[in-house]
Formats: sequence, C-alpha cells, structure tokens
Amino acid sequence: MSPLRGRVHKLGDNVDTDQIIPAPYLKDLSPQNLAAHVLEGADPSFPKRIKPGDLIVGGWNFGSGSSREHAPMALRYAGVRAVLALSFARIFYRNAVDGGHVIPVVITEEAYRGINDGDEVEVDLESSVVRNLRTGTQYRIEKFPSIIAKIVEAGGIFSVGDLSRLED
Amino acid sequence: MGSAASDMGMTITEKILALASGRQRVSAGDVVVAKVDRVMMHDVGAPGVWDVFQELKSRGVDVSRLFNPGMIWMTEDHFVPPPDPKSAENVRLMEQMADMYGIKEYYRFGLGTYGVCHTLAYEEALVLPGQVYVGTDSHTVTSGALGAFATGMGHTDVAYILLNGKNWFRVPETILFRLNGRLRDGVMGKDVILRILGDIGADGANYMAMEFAGDGVRAMPLEDRMTVTNMTVEAGAKNGIMAPDEQVIEYYREKGKSGFPALSSDGDAEYRDVHDYDLGRLEPMVAKPHSPANAAELSEVEGLEVDEAYLGSCTGGKYYDMVQAARILRKANRKAKTRFVVVPSTTNVYRRMLREGLLDVFLDAGAVVGPPTCGACIGGHMGVLGPDEVAVSSTNRNFPGRMGHRTSKVYLASPATVAASALEGRITDPRRILGGGN
Repeated sequence: MSPLRGRVHKLGDNVDTDQIIPAPYLKDLSPQNLAAHVLEGADPSFPKRIKPGDLIVGGWNFGSGSSREHAPMALRYAGVRAVLALSFARIFYRNAVDGGHVIPVVITEEAYRGINDGDEVEVDLESSVVRNLRTGTQYRIEKFPSIIAKIVEAGGIFSVGDLSRLED
Repeated sequence: MGSAASDMGMTITEKILALASGRQRVSAGDVVVAKVDRVMMHDVGAPGVWDVFQELKSRGVDVSRLFNPGMIWMTEDHFVPPPDPKSAENVRLMEQMADMYGIKEYYRFGLGTYGVCHTLAYEEALVLPGQVYVGTDSHTVTSGALGAFATGMGHTDVAYILLNGKNWFRVPETILFRLNGRLRDGVMGKDVILRILGDIGADGANYMAMEFAGDGVRAMPLEDRMTVTNMTVEAGAKNGIMAPDEQVIEYYREKGKSGFPALSSDGDAEYRDVHDYDLGRLEPMVAKPHSPANAAELSEVEGLEVDEAYLGSCTGGKYYDMVQAARILRKANRKAKTRFVVVPSTTNVYRRMLREGLLDVFLDAGAVVGPPTCGACIGGHMGVLGPDEVAVSSTNRNFPGRMGHRTSKVYLASPATVAASALEGRITDPRRILGGGN
C-alpha cells in the first residue's frame, strides 16, 4: 500500500460515535447524508472544513460508544482514508477494518504532541512510520496485529476469503 | 466438546468462545473463528446489513439465502413509531427482509409485542446462557447478565454472520469485579456500574470482558443485573458477563427453556485484574456531562436544577425500574416539579404498568408516558433537549448532544434518582423520599 498523504484535523480524547455522526442522521445511509454531517457533533463547521484526502488525528479512545458503522462510513464518504489516534474503542476499530472504511492507525503520545491541526503528514504502513511534513519529524506507528493487517490489506472482511486462515 | 468445561483455568467468556470455536481451550489474545448462535438486528442496523447485501450482489455474491434464518431475531426500536418518512422506509425494508429471508422472530411496533431490543431479549428469552450472541447495537452486552457471550458489532460484521454463521473473535482478557453485600434501599444497579465506570474510566476495559461475581450479584434482581452489564460498553468492554445462577436458571425454566450449559469461571481462571466492591456501602451515583465515566456521588450535585427528568431506555425502562420509580412517587404522592418523561422499554412493561396501576402513578405525578422507543435516548425524537437544557436521565450515555442539542447536558442516574429528582425539579437523593438511612 503506497503512503497516504494528507492534511490533519486534530481532535482530543474520547471522540465518540455520537460526535462522529449524530443519531438523527442514522436513518439515511447514503454517502451524501453521512458525509454532510461527519463530525458535526464535535464541531458543526466540520463537514464544510473537511476535504477529500484529509486525515484525522485523535487522542485516547477514538470512536467510543455505539456500534453504528455509520461512523467510519461517514469519515470514508467525506474522503478520509485514515484516522490516527492514541487508542481506539473496540467497535469503531473493528467496523473501520472489517467494513474496509478507514484505516485506524495507533500512534504514540510523542506523535500526538508533535502533529498539529493543519499539518501535512505522510502515513507509511509498510515501514510503520508517520512523518510530519511540516516539521520533518518522523514517528513510529504501531504495527497491525497479523489478522488486522490481512483484513486491511484485503479491504474488508468480505474480501478476505476463508476466515479460518485468520486464526492463530 | 463437553470436555471444555472441565478444563481448568478458564473464565466463562473463554469457555463460551472455546465451545463455539470447537476447541478444548482458548486463552486471552487468541483469535478464533466462532460460530454465532443468535443475531439481533434493529432498525438502525438492518438497513446497513441490507446495503451490504446489495453491494455483495453487485459483485456477484449469492445473497438470496442466509446461513440460518432461525438464528436471527429483529425488532424495531430506535426510530419508532417513525418520526419521519425515512424512518418509515427503514421499517418497510425490515418487513421486506423478514419476508424474503423467512425471519420469523420479528417484533414489530403497532403489531403486538415489541420494544427496546435488550429488554425484549430478556423478556422473550431470546438468548440463552452459554450462547454467542451478536447484535447491531453496542448495548447488546446487556444479555451477558444471563450468562451469554453478548457483544455489539457493525452491520458489515453482522451481514457476514448472517451469510456464514460465524465470525472472528479475539478472546478478551477479563477483569473480575467481585460484588459483595446488598444494595441499600434506594440504591440500584445503575449506581453500581456508574461507580465502577468512574473508577476504571471510559476505556478502562477496552477490548476486554468485565465479569461480575459474588453474593452481591446473586442478591440483585435479574433486570437490575442487566443494567450493570449494559453499561460495560461504556468502559469499552467487548462483553460484560455474569455466570448464570439459580435465579437465571429458574427464569428460563419458567419460560420453558432448559438444557443449556450453565458455565462459570474456574477458581484458577486468569484475570487481568480483580476489583472488590462492598455494595452495602455504595451511595447513589450520577454521571456528570459528558461521559458515563464522569461519575460522582449524588451528594456532589444534589440540588442541581433540571429541565427534564427522563425515565426510560434499556437501563431505566424495565419493569423493575418502573416499580422502583413508582414506589418513590407513591410515597411522595404529589406532582413532579419538572417535565417528566416516562417511556416503558417494551409493550410487556407497558402492559404490566397498566395492570398494576403504575401508569396511574406516573400520570398522577404529571408525567407524559410514551410508547416503547429508544427515541429520546439517542436524541432522535420523543422528547429531545434544546440548547443548554439539563436533564437527569436513566439512560446510559451522556455524550455531547446525545439527547438533543449539543449544548444540552445530561446527568445519568438510577430510575429511583430520576423519580425523586422529577418530584423536586432538582437532582435529589431518592432516600430523602423513601425515608431511609440518609
């Protein structure tokens, strides 16, 4: 997978699924609807500010809350290909990966501190680094557990083929 | 695989996942492909599953038949009765799915028994102890109170299970919570889980199982236990679980269900952590805005004025919850001082409230009593909050904007506390009205 490059929107800890896509919009799964309200619960100006190719940087426990897959879908339809965070809530992470929506990348506290809102970064999954192109600083990112790597590479659980090859 | 249960050193969660994946034993961290026994879809998840099917179809995958339609049950609960045409369309879509795939266990609003999925799963005994149960709702973890491995997933994962009967699971590490003693009058399961969430934090059990054991669990009514497991997801847990005891087994026997494995953790099972709680010392709790883990003893916010008291949802609209709230209103025998919204979580609860005179108690207090729905709990409809409004609510989440406007504030509390607070128009310790030891 070639490196992803994008401008960063930086958020804090515990960005929950209600902030990513508030429940009143769950009725309509269309890309237009979900993209039009992405992260609106965190900041009503978000849907206008976010551009295809942008990346999200979050703190601890990104995606906590609901099992609504609408959350990673909303990010995907807004053109976000990866979310970088200190940690992810379980269901969001699984939905992001199994649905093939966005790539959840676990970063270090040093990286979180060193990447600011509006910075341009490059995420290289092959070499497990993220580079802040503004400062030139490079940070290690956590490698995917092998099963997750296989699903991310395939582009979702339905593209992975026989599931039993994921077992330990 | 009967031998799995006799192997030493496994938690109940590990035993269930071992059985479901056909292994002698599994350990935390293992990734297994496990068969799923039961799947729940509601009106938020089912349309997504449908969309996944349509996409697969366009890729040439056969989605005309499911692995086993008998494993599925469905209910409409989030956007019913439909507040707008799009919600109504989703209900039509569910009807179509039920017809097309032969899904028989389908609980429909306006057609008899229906309601909030997690309460219904219990009332209709739709999930058995020892089963692997997956639902399109994060609070599916509720059914762990009955000894199932129950967890929430998104619609892609559920679609996969519908077609293949299984999915991958990473066996979670378990944190054990030993609950000892008995809750004092006016203190409920909600107070227990808010205390625990406050102690371990909003990601304190991320990817893990939260297991509850001890005489304190056995002393709690089943419906109150369900409030505890329900909110384990607010600590990020994959599942919350309690080994089925005599009360659970008797409950299923009454429902005509038996023959399931009554699994429990081995004495030498491995836990990541163990926490002890003395329920007899527990105070009423609240979760302040904007996190269920932002817990405080009620005394810290006592007297805070509220614009609305909301009694309902899967952690506050069960029969037991309604009985506890009504007790307080009966004792006070006067009108509420603030907007009071009461939403029984299922038609079964509603009917019992009618039969036993509880509806009158709430109406006499001035409450509006709505039909079963998740509506207001998710800021959808049926009583959402306006800018800067403050609510005390028996629901399970108080994220920013969860129940309405993003500047509104929600204080989570037990049904007893919500009823007492409705009467006073401010956050109130229920024991003040019950006249117990406060």
